[in-house]
Amino acid sequence: MTASDVTRSGLSRRAVLAGSAGLSFAFALGFDPGAGALAAGPGGRINAYVRIATDGTITIINPAAEMGQGVNTAIPLIIAEELDADWSKVKVETAPVDPVYNHPVLRTQMVVASISVRGYWMPCRMAGAQARRVLMEAAAGRWGVPLAEVSTEPSAVLHKASNRRMTYGEIAAFAQVPEKMPELKPEELKPVAQFRLLGKDVTRVDVAAKSTGRETYAIDVRVPGMLYGTLARRPVRDSGPVSFNRDEIRQMPGIVEVVALDHGVGVIGETVEAVFAARQKLKIQWKDAPGFKMNSETARAEYLAKVRDPAAKGVVGRNTGDAMGAIASAARVHTSEFTTDYVYHAQMEPHACVASVTPDGLELWAGTQWPTRTVEDAAKAAGVPAAKVKFHHLTMGGGYGRNAFVEYAVDATLLSKAVGKPVKMIQSREDDMANGRFRPMTAQRIVVALDGQGKVSGWRHRIAADTIVPYLYGQERMDAQKGVDHIVVYGADMPHYEVPNHVAEHIYEERGVRTAAWRGIGAGHNNFAIEVVLDELARMAGEDPVAYRLAILKDPRAKAVVQKASQMADFSRKRDGRALGVAFSKLGAPPIGFALIATVAEVSVDRASGKIGVHNLWMAADVGLPLQPSNIVAQLEGAAVYSLGAALKERVTIKNGLVEQSNFHDYEIMRMSEIPAMHTELIRSGDIPLPVGELSMGATLPAIANAVFALTGKTLRHAPFTPERVKQALA
Amino acid sequence: MASVAFTINGQAVTLAAEPNASLLWAVREQIGLTGTKFGCGSGLCGACTLHVNGEAVRSCQTSLQSVAGKRVTTIEGLSANGDHPLQKAWIAEQTPQCGYCQSGQIMKAAELLAKTPKPTREQIVQHMDGNLCRCGAYPRIASAIERASKEG
Repeated sequence: MTASDVTRSGLSRRAVLAGSAGLSFAFALGFDPGAGALAAGPGGRINAYVRIATDGTITIINPAAEMGQGVNTAIPLIIAEELDADWSKVKVETAPVDPVYNHPVLRTQMVVASISVRGYWMPCRMAGAQARRVLMEAAAGRWGVPLAEVSTEPSAVLHKASNRRMTYGEIAAFAQVPEKMPELKPEELKPVAQFRLLGKDVTRVDVAAKSTGRETYAIDVRVPGMLYGTLARRPVRDSGPVSFNRDEIRQMPGIVEVVALDHGVGVIGETVEAVFAARQKLKIQWKDAPGFKMNSETARAEYLAKVRDPAAKGVVGRNTGDAMGAIASAARVHTSEFTTDYVYHAQMEPHACVASVTPDGLELWAGTQWPTRTVEDAAKAAGVPAAKVKFHHLTMGGGYGRNAFVEYAVDATLLSKAVGKPVKMIQSREDDMANGRFRPMTAQRIVVALDGQGKVSGWRHRIAADTIVPYLYGQERMDAQKGVDHIVVYGADMPHYEVPNHVAEHIYEERGVRTAAWRGIGAGHNNFAIEVVLDELARMAGEDPVAYRLAILKDPRAKAVVQKASQMADFSRKRDGRALGVAFSKLGAPPIGFALIATVAEVSVDRASGKIGVHNLWMAADVGLPLQPSNIVAQLEGAAVYSLGAALKERVTIKNGLVEQSNFHDYEIMRMSEIPAMHTELIRSGDIPLPVGELSMGATLPAIANAVFALTGKTLRHAPFTPERVKQALA
Repeated sequence: MASVAFTINGQAVTLAAEPNASLLWAVREQIGLTGTKFGCGSGLCGACTLHVNGEAVRSCQTSLQSVAGKRVTTIEGLSANGDHPLQKAWIAEQTPQCGYCQSGQIMKAAELLAKTPKPTREQIVQHMDGNLCRCGAYPRIASAIERASKEG
């Protein structure tokens, strides 16, 4: 199918627009007019998302990549709901790379920003409803009854007046795909109150395979004649190998080839052990590049000096009203500073990819958050058109933003091309970390203007940080959005608070460090600063942190999550040797809508060691319409654990351009024994599912900092709150 | 080159073993049982956990030669039909997210239940603390182990 085929679909684009609360989805549903009977071939295709076979098997194509977030269930479930499918007869397939599956907002096949379900929501409801309508029309035609007299039950069309019933599989045996798909209005979709799959915790489709070792990840792929490869990548941008001990490595046992690439040195051999052993013996002289001057410990102080320096110019990322004017005319000004370190994704599957470059093209096996880009970049590396790429899209052993960068697919392709054989490229954990792409380090300074009544009249948030957008999307995109790195400044705006004048500025720090979006993106660092400052303002106002937030939050949904979390935690009750802290956060953007959360943390501090214990987390989350409630809880709690790492231990340090950490002994992530009891409640608001996967990332860290203040009277301003830093703060 | 004979999931195998061959890569790449995962290569994460003579070991730190004459069990051999009590509990609790660490988690948990059929929560946490899960599925890993110990 081509893009021009899909635009022939009869679905009214206006209908989609109208049904999605003002979202401008440039999206059309596709079907293949040449497919003939529904059951042609292995299963007739009704549209790009649905095939129905004569045995009743319904294959639903999931356009989004699975990396643990549950999208392989959630999106097909939306289609199945509208199709009125018997879920036990549904098989889920991951979509190939094809513009018909582009994310309606991102306009490419990409899984980022927790907006997969939100973005595909209306198109997938329409796809399911259209498919159902085609089946109903076919059955009504066969029976010679009006369409209005037929209805459906799971996987069957009924004509109640004559007590007749035909299964979807039976219909698939004779029905023709219409030239033009039926046009449906949004009001013809199933009323939310009649949902029988969504909101009901249907079992995830991948859980059985993941509990029995049967799930296939890219690292698991084996093809005949395959060799193994690994890569020593340049440690910093714009470097490359000048020379290396090729002859010595080439002679090591099991080594087939050593390949110089622009950006590193590849080793190819007969076994994983052979290439890893050779990798360890590689001695590479790297071309000098600015990144080798980077020392994170001294740079952090320089970042901080920048946010203090009035002459340091930042790019205005978010602006409402006149914050500078409000500060100039303020009765009182409050200033507060924060820093956060680089953090690493630590996805459990180190980068791995299988590529086979042949004279006919490229066959590629990869897990990726950006399938479209993966195919494009790998095709370029292979020197073949994208149409010559046979892409096998596999589930990911974690993504968290790291796998939106698809360089590992390029590497595997280059290694295969070098030897003319299939190659499984695997990064060792050490290389995955040394070549990590990190959430930027930040220094932040917030200046709050208070009027004569002590009310917030202005807010200026300055963020000195590395950039991400030019490296993920390219400089053109950065220029097109006027230099606003939306990933870095994410979460710095405060639309739910009564802050009449607000500005957030990003002072670029370009020091050659490899960066990426990291789960929660800017909210992970920016909301830390915002929510700690709100506690400071509460104390200045002589109010309790919950009461102060309820007063300054203007959005009723935001007030509701704060109230709910505070009730769940019994916030005003004092604890012996422990204390509570609260924080509010959000996930989304104005056209999509915001999911909201309030988190309360209960902590203790061991003053001798400086170790913080987090004992309880209460989370109240307004997620719009919860489609898979149990999985939403899992995502909220999992992201809370992820952010606990950034709060308590995780930090990458860089010396002379090189990452100083190398594996899980010196980059520790959270363990089971360190996990608090988590209590999570979902609030439903409205009939649209809002972003979920990263929602709890913004609130965990400031809730902990605020709890530590409540216990000790000291503010933690530098994340992570390592024992050493806690001891310093308490001294 | 030496050869090594052992059983894997009840079947006898004999593999040629380079001196540096690890059990992890032999199981994954030579035998083709890929449920056992590579996570860190240094015995730090537990993703490669499998059983040797019933003991949970880190296969990335186990040489192939060392398992001569022994019984190796991987996630694929834990039960005949994927219906070990832990696997049933894993599904009931909807434990996995990305799923990559879960084979190792289950194999480590199976060792616990074999020795301590009714573990306390503290025993579970202590036993499982070396197995990392980046998705943060720990609460459901623990509750699935508790469920398996109750439901058997």
